Amino acid sequence: MSTLSLRSASAPAGRRFEIDPRFVMALPGLAFMGLVFAFPLGLLMSKSVIGPDGFSLAGYGRILGDAYYRGVIWDSLTLALRVTLITLVLGYPAAYALSRAKGAFQIMLFALVFLPLTVSIIVKTFGLTIIFRREGILNWLLLKTGLVDAPIRFVFTELSLLIGMVNVFLPFLILPLYSVMRMLDQRYLDAAATLGASPFDSFRRVFLPLTMPGVIAGSSIVFALSVAAYVTPGLLIGERYMTMSMVMAKAFLNFRDYQLGSAMACIMLVIALAIVFLSSFLTRNLDPKGR
Amino acid sequence: MAALSRSFAGLMLALVLLFLLLPIAIVIPIAFSPSAVFSFPPTGFSLRWFENIRNADGILRALWLSTQIAALSTAISLVLGTLCAIAIVRGAVPGARLISTFMISPLMIPGLVLGIAFLHAAREIGLRDGYVPLLLAHVVVTMPFIMRTVLASLSLFDFTMVDAARMLGCSYPAALWRALVPNILPGFVSGALFAFIVSFDNYPVSIFLVDVHTKTLPIQLLNQLEMSPDPTLAAVATVMIVLTVAALFICDRLVGLRRMAAV
Repeated sequence: MSTLSLRSASAPAGRRFEIDPRFVMALPGLAFMGLVFAFPLGLLMSKSVIGPDGFSLAGYGRILGDAYYRGVIWDSLTLALRVTLITLVLGYPAAYALSRAKGAFQIMLFALVFLPLTVSIIVKTFGLTIIFRREGILNWLLLKTGLVDAPIRFVFTELSLLIGMVNVFLPFLILPLYSVMRMLDQRYLDAAATLGASPFDSFRRVFLPLTMPGVIAGSSIVFALSVAAYVTPGLLIGERYMTMSMVMAKAFLNFRDYQLGSAMACIMLVIALAIVFLSSFLTRNLDPKGR
Repeated sequence: MAALSRSFAGLMLALVLLFLLLPIAIVIPIAFSPSAVFSFPPTGFSLRWFENIRNADGILRALWLSTQIAALSTAISLVLGTLCAIAIVRGAVPGARLISTFMISPLMIPGLVLGIAFLHAAREIGLRDGYVPLLLAHVVVTMPFIMRTVLASLSLFDFTMVDAARMLGCSYPAALWRALVPNILPGFVSGALFAFIVSFDNYPVSIFLVDVHTKTLPIQLLNQLEMSPDPTLAAVATVMIVLTVAALFICDRLVGLRRMAAV
């Protein structure tokens, strides 16, 4: 392939074997990623279909044929869906307010949204476990304000899992939404108002469609991250809510059941790639309407 | 109505920021509290948990390993990624778009899946020790972040400067080093800091590659969190938060946070 394209490149006749030095520059990185990234992924896929005696789909059969593992996949997907919807409801208005803030104030607010992304996920989850404790700040607040009479148990509940995952992934939704909303031309909304649209109509028919690419980008990132989340569910709820990640990790780290773990990893890989393709498909189909 | 919806959005933003920052802020008073249980509100003030970090052997060893892995993997990504990015931006490679997608694609693969793939590959090749696979895996993890920032910086760089340097007698590598590198240095620094943080914080890839002797900081911290949480962890977390804020501040001075976040 390389010789072919070199010949058709702009090198003058008679010098066609001279290789563009800039092409050589791409090779070390490409070779590295081929060997250390693409090869292991290929190996993983092949391992998932190799049993003790040659080709076998037993790993997939054990997962898809077992109601327990089907339930785990279902639970992971619905958990991710719930997290995505909650972040969307919280993040959309927040991103709007952020995009409409003025000058230096906007930069400061942006830094506050961005900071949690760079703080270690272990630190954040640790903070969450402190908040959810029986004698933690959340119960202290609830008791102080008289909302409850006795401390509520948050630790190891699905509620704390949802709150925790929304907390960890919310910035990933706000940032792409903010970047779309910041670029949006205010005059579209003015035009809608001039043409007699009510604020609600101009939101529904102008603002929402124009910010849809941000909604799709942000929610697909949050969904992908939530489906694959491991640290936060592990610390906040543990094995009370089994996810695909937990099954994979246990298969490798505890049971040494590599066939099962590899097959589960491949199923997750397919889900992750499906999200990428679906989101780019949706964005592309939006385009004509968005313009 | 418009004013109403605007103040509603402002209120939501305030609540969201409070919600986002609370788990981070909460560890700081715990780290300075004299009591060994995490109760709220804290009583009194003490630095004993910070002094305790010195005795926490496991954490210090993990900290050193994580620093090494993050620094080395970032450096390797920076060299390989920059070279590749130049070739892509200059259109010297066929299928430049495809190649940049490939170099950024580890970002789309769930961490645990990558970790399991690396584990298989390390076994297949027969790599027994933990260090080398860990380092190689972290190069893959950091590569997308380097590629993104370097590609963005390069697209703003005027390559005629490189041509000018060559006309003035520099060889191609020397021209890159003297004309290109100083100009996109801010991009390098912010990309590298981001990559460093990503590697330093990585849990899901590392968990499959560590062994008893090579444990990275997130793994050591999570282990201790599950076994015997005590405020020493809050002290470590506080130090990490301060360092992160400092890194963000540097990035903001260099390139601006919004460009670093690629929004």
